[in-house]
Amino acid sequence: MERLFYSIKEAFRLIITLDSEMLGIVSLSLGVSIAAICFASLAGIVLAYALAFRKVPLKAFVVSTMNTFMGLPPVVVGLVLYLLLSRSGPMGFMKLLYTPYAMVIAQVLLALPIITAMSHASLVAVRPAIKYAAKGLGASDAQASIAVVRYARYGIISSVMAGLGRVMAEVGAVLIVGGNIAGYTRVMTTTIALEYDKGNFELAIALGIILLLIALILNSALYMYQRKVYR
Amino acid sequence: MKRVLFTILIMLFFAGTSYADRIRCASTTSTQNSGLFEYLLPFFEKEAGVKVDVVAVGTGAAFKIGMRGDADVLLVHAKTEELRLVNEGYFVDRHDVMYNDFVILGPVDDPAGLRGIRSAPIAFSLINKRGTVFVSRGDNSGTHKKEMSIWKTLDMDPRWNKWYLEVGQGMAKAIRIASEKRAYILADRGTWLAINDSDDLGMEVLVEGDRILFNQYGVMIVNPERHGHVKYDDARKFVDFLISEKGQGLVASFRNKQGKQLFYPNAGK
Repeated sequence: MERLFYSIKEAFRLIITLDSEMLGIVSLSLGVSIAAICFASLAGIVLAYALAFRKVPLKAFVVSTMNTFMGLPPVVVGLVLYLLLSRSGPMGFMKLLYTPYAMVIAQVLLALPIITAMSHASLVAVRPAIKYAAKGLGASDAQASIAVVRYARYGIISSVMAGLGRVMAEVGAVLIVGGNIAGYTRVMTTTIALEYDKGNFELAIALGIILLLIALILNSALYMYQRKVYR
Repeated sequence: MKRVLFTILIMLFFAGTSYADRIRCASTTSTQNSGLFEYLLPFFEKEAGVKVDVVAVGTGAAFKIGMRGDADVLLVHAKTEELRLVNEGYFVDRHDVMYNDFVILGPVDDPAGLRGIRSAPIAFSLINKRGTVFVSRGDNSGTHKKEMSIWKTLDMDPRWNKWYLEVGQGMAKAIRIASEKRAYILADRGTWLAINDSDDLGMEVLVEGDRILFNQYGVMIVNPERHGHVKYDDARKFVDFLISEKGQGLVASFRNKQGKQLFYPNAGK
């Protein structure tokens, strides 16, 4: 019990003094996840729009695949990427295994189905009347599309947040393709796992608190935005 | 839009390939969990100007990573297999670096009555006879290989016994599980001393000193003739550092928080 209190106290000391090792890990974590979410959002929203309003071959198949892949086990993504990126694999020449770039790819693969499927659902729910009204008011095709996306923006932003939540909390895939290399590919979740192994709970607890804080801040921001939209 | 994204993605990837003077070392959880690398590497990195990225897995996985060409150098502990893989041409320049020993840990109240026994096989046969819980790494690591070789001297396969738990985790995690389960476990002394530092696990060393429990660590380089991209020169610097007088002295001076020595240098002996 005494040890638990000591660990928690030390964890807060690390956070308050902005411990440099801790900051390095947090910023790498944020950098990798935000990069991944940017790529996944751009690709996912474009794909969702195409699936909702354009003729896409095998549309039903793509939509159900995306819905299924929302629950893709991260370790499976890690394993498949490992085999692809290994020097003995088909993409080994790119020298990506055990780099932050490999972690970004893994996270894009994890976030893309969530962002695509959820954005698709909110775009499909937009009444066709919005588009016709926009066109009737003299909007071009592109402007009408933007009007539709604007109308679905709350759902789309939620999908991006859900994707970010998934990749920030994920440990299985980044551990396999990143290798948990100190100061290079060691992110918050893999540090927590390692520090638990070593019995140094202070840093693990501190990072756990920071992860929760980040989630809280993002979700509060989203909620404020939602209130603004619907007021 | 998509094409632009794709281009950005590709550019980002190739930017990541430009780092020079970085070698990758596949090693074992025992060397990482004990804190040896954190202590040792800054000295080497400063001296040689080469950064060492450590990927810590079990020895079995480290062999696979090396054989696939995904690392430059290995620091592992399964000497017989290391020598076999060098013979088969997967690795070159193998050297002994240091040793410590394996110990059998168990709950302080010792339900199987192992305290005082000097032979690891006899201790294992008592665990089997009394059916007390035993935690196995079960992950093909150096420690797991050693454990299996001890069961083999008894001519038995412990798997599928109710008291035998294969956890498939690293050394420190497996010791923690054993502690929670009040179980026995074969562990390397370095990891045991390192984690017993920070936590009272209610366990102690019950069997030690048997010759079969000797734990040799060795270093070797991935054969550059098999994988042309291996940074042989930098890897060689790392090997030379580890077996040099300075490197060996550093290994000997590495202590846990209680001031106990975890590894004993024995390069070139």
